[in-house]
Amino acid sequence: MLLALLALILAMGGVMALNKAFTPEYGLDLAGGTTVTLTPVTPNGGAPSQESLDLAVNIIRDRVNGNGISDAEVVKSGDNIVISVPGAGQEEVVKLVGTTAELRFRQVLAVGEGSPAPPGQMPTQAPTPSAVPSNGKATDGGEGATTPAPRSTAQSSPSASPTGRALSSALTAPDPSATPSTEAETGTKKDATDRRAAREPKTEAKDGEDAPADRSARRAAKNAAAPSATPSPSATPSAPANDPLAGVDTTGVDPKALERFKTLDCAKDKGQGAQDAPDQQYVGCSQDGSAKYILDKAAVTGTSIDKATSGVDQTTGEWLVQLSFKGQGPQQWSKVTTTAFNSQPPRNQVAMVLDGVVISAPVIQEPITGGRAQISGNFTQVTADELANQLKYGALPLKFKTDSIEEVSSTLGADQLRGGLIAGAIGLGLVVIYSLLYYRGLGIVSVLSLVVATVLTYESVVVLGATAGFRLSLPHIIGLIVSIGITADSFIVYFERIRDEMKEGRRSLRAAVEVAWARARRTILIADAVMFIAAVVLYFLAVGGVAGFAFAMGLTTLIDIVVVFMFTKPFVALLARRKFFAKGHKLSGLDAERMSQSSAAPTVPQEA
Amino acid sequence: MSGIVSRLYRGEVNVDFVGRRKLWYGLSALLLAVSIVGLIVNGLNLGVEFKGGSVFSFKAPSASIEQVRGTFEEAGAHQVIVQETNNGWRVTTESLPAQEVTKTQKATADDYGLRQNDVTVQVIGGSWGGQVANKAVIGLIVFMLAIILYLTVAFEWKMALSAIVALFHDLVITAGVYAWSGFEVTPATLLGFLTILGYSLYDAVVVFDMIKEVTAKLGTTSKMTYTEAANNALNHTLIRSLNTTLVAILPVAAILFIGTTLFGAGTLKDLSLALFVGMIVGTYSSLCVATPMLVTLKEREPRYQALARRVASRGAGSAPDKGARQPVAAAAANGSAPAGSVADGDKRKKK
Repeated sequence: MLLALLALILAMGGVMALNKAFTPEYGLDLAGGTTVTLTPVTPNGGAPSQESLDLAVNIIRDRVNGNGISDAEVVKSGDNIVISVPGAGQEEVVKLVGTTAELRFRQVLAVGEGSPAPPGQMPTQAPTPSAVPSNGKATDGGEGATTPAPRSTAQSSPSASPTGRALSSALTAPDPSATPSTEAETGTKKDATDRRAAREPKTEAKDGEDAPADRSARRAAKNAAAPSATPSPSATPSAPANDPLAGVDTTGVDPKALERFKTLDCAKDKGQGAQDAPDQQYVGCSQDGSAKYILDKAAVTGTSIDKATSGVDQTTGEWLVQLSFKGQGPQQWSKVTTTAFNSQPPRNQVAMVLDGVVISAPVIQEPITGGRAQISGNFTQVTADELANQLKYGALPLKFKTDSIEEVSSTLGADQLRGGLIAGAIGLGLVVIYSLLYYRGLGIVSVLSLVVATVLTYESVVVLGATAGFRLSLPHIIGLIVSIGITADSFIVYFERIRDEMKEGRRSLRAAVEVAWARARRTILIADAVMFIAAVVLYFLAVGGVAGFAFAMGLTTLIDIVVVFMFTKPFVALLARRKFFAKGHKLSGLDAERMSQSSAAPTVPQEA
Repeated sequence: MSGIVSRLYRGEVNVDFVGRRKLWYGLSALLLAVSIVGLIVNGLNLGVEFKGGSVFSFKAPSASIEQVRGTFEEAGAHQVIVQETNNGWRVTTESLPAQEVTKTQKATADDYGLRQNDVTVQVIGGSWGGQVANKAVIGLIVFMLAIILYLTVAFEWKMALSAIVALFHDLVITAGVYAWSGFEVTPATLLGFLTILGYSLYDAVVVFDMIKEVTAKLGTTSKMTYTEAANNALNHTLIRSLNTTLVAILPVAAILFIGTTLFGAGTLKDLSLALFVGMIVGTYSSLCVATPMLVTLKEREPRYQALARRVASRGAGSAPDKGARQPVAAAAANGSAPAGSVADGDKRKKK
């Protein structure tokens, strides 16, 4: 047991070393952070309704603090929404949070080049599908569900290159005009995000869990991708450069859509943030602007999404977002993939449209009936996580533009944190002195147990900070200090039981330690269960800071059980074999006077 | 004095907690009444995080946090949160009425050589208002139901009810302290309340576990009433209760008294006061509210009524409080270990 505990402590230390994280991540009140003000954009310029604003606040809160432990805050300020995320350099994350995230799945009706190419350059620029097999990526099926022919050129460039990154951030940039600045910023933020990405293996793990189900989905996608080299007519090099409709099958296309398709120039405006009515055909651009699409009415919309997780494609290592549908979703998804499968290119593609932009348009190789889908599109871990979050918590009822971004300092000075820690240390010091005075030899056990509990708590907080985004605020720290005090109760219960057993005088210390444990264990488990129920219920039902605190409460309860079972009990059992304790030495805390056995009874209790 | 300490040390105490229940009920009723009056008359002084407030932004590169805080406090704001941003200062105060806002703007402008227009004011909603608070309340209700269910299964419904009553007792009294002291209720305070909630139940459960163990041995032949058995169990866990409270409260007291005097008020005070009061009341209520209430409920059960009658007729002549001490011996004779251990001490005392 003791060895197992040691292994646990070392293992967590190892995780800390792997993540290169040795200090906890602090919350808004202690570390400061980034504050972004979002202003709603309404079609008529009027004020948005308070209900939709409240709904937006709730959705954004879920997005930034869905698990309740990130200590992010979302506040309504007049008609604006102010988001505060702890830590500096979070502009990108915060900005992504404010995007609408309307997702639609639409069958592709026609594909064209993104913008009319200058006549001379046409042949080289034409994004021919033949590029796909040649880069070797799509042929091994690694591309998964997403090999829209025109995107292949962008795809083949290393994703870390400036273009690749700019594309992915452009995908979620709140409004078209912001795109250039995003690009510039991404460049500078790159290091920070990369470091983050390197430190957070959590989604990978998640991917592993989902693996069996995903694999089948991916297999379907793989099959879909392999022969996707089928040239789409629009991209045939022979197509005349100036006629976007050349080679396009226009049957069933709404004339209005056709008109837009002709005039649309993706180089000028990709239509980011456009409201695409789900019940109408839509004309949109791919996210890099290299292709434009005429798309059918939405077959599945974001409201049918049940779960969304980010993960890594195991063959290509590319970040993607995996979806599962609920309600009508699976049937609708299966229907549209079936229709696409039975269609001629390019109508065998299904486009995924996010906020008006086609982020991928994979060729469907067989109907997908499992109610699952995955989206790829030059994601980084941050953007994939973020998109998954956005899709999971639903689309915003309003469109927002970023009004201002500020880095803010902590609300509490460093003096408060230091004060709390110093006072807490003094308090725990008093606990140590008291334990030693009262329990003497056994006091050493309680002090060591407290040390173990402290080490485990610290390690957990650091590891959770590095892997799950857990952020410590001052209330958490005080709460943890108090919990460590409450942890002491577990061994007080145990010690008192041992004393009871010894007072009876029928048993040896070694036997008493075991009998007392059986009794104390029950009490400890029942009492801890109460704490744990409190933590679990509040964690899942409350939001924001309450959920975060409940999380910390549950954590310390678990640590309490670990410490008592794996440290206190085995350690006491070990000590019980030593003469010092077994013979009831005066300083052992188990001496005769302490146990008030009858032999010692008549003396007036003055010497205690 | 040292006699008491040393008797505590050896676990030789016998306080008649249950017998004095009228005293405790009276004391608790008084405390509750005072708290409720405080809550009605004074109300709680909710922080900016709940109610929203005003945000002042301005540039004053040479100012320090303390200076800015000073300026706002002099201008009449009570809750001042100062933050430095890359665009200057951001100060959040409670919602100020229009003329107060102008006054504060003017004072700030004067202090840092700005024009009044350079100090912008925005109204901000509460980050803990609305949905956060609603969901917390829903969470609490579900939690209460879950706990009642759990304790009913683990123990019995009478214990569940007593524990929950004690819990409300603790929360109301703690809230009352805030109402009367006028201390600001911040998210930190709320989290302190949550901790009390856990602590209060935890303490009650440990006590009830012992009561359950001792009273389980009460048979028809037992010489002890339920009341007496419960009181024995209480005395039995008394050392544990006191030790636990002391150990848990020492860090809190250190934070409250040392932290607050040395490093000023703020979050530390908000949180630790709630914890300090809550833990003391929590321990008190486990011993003096939850258990007497449980006993009152249990003594209504026919079998314990019958037991009480039998014990009374058998022990006629001897003083009732003697009865409270004696019966443990019977439990010990039944081969019940934990009760028996108390018995040793008691028997000795009688010699």
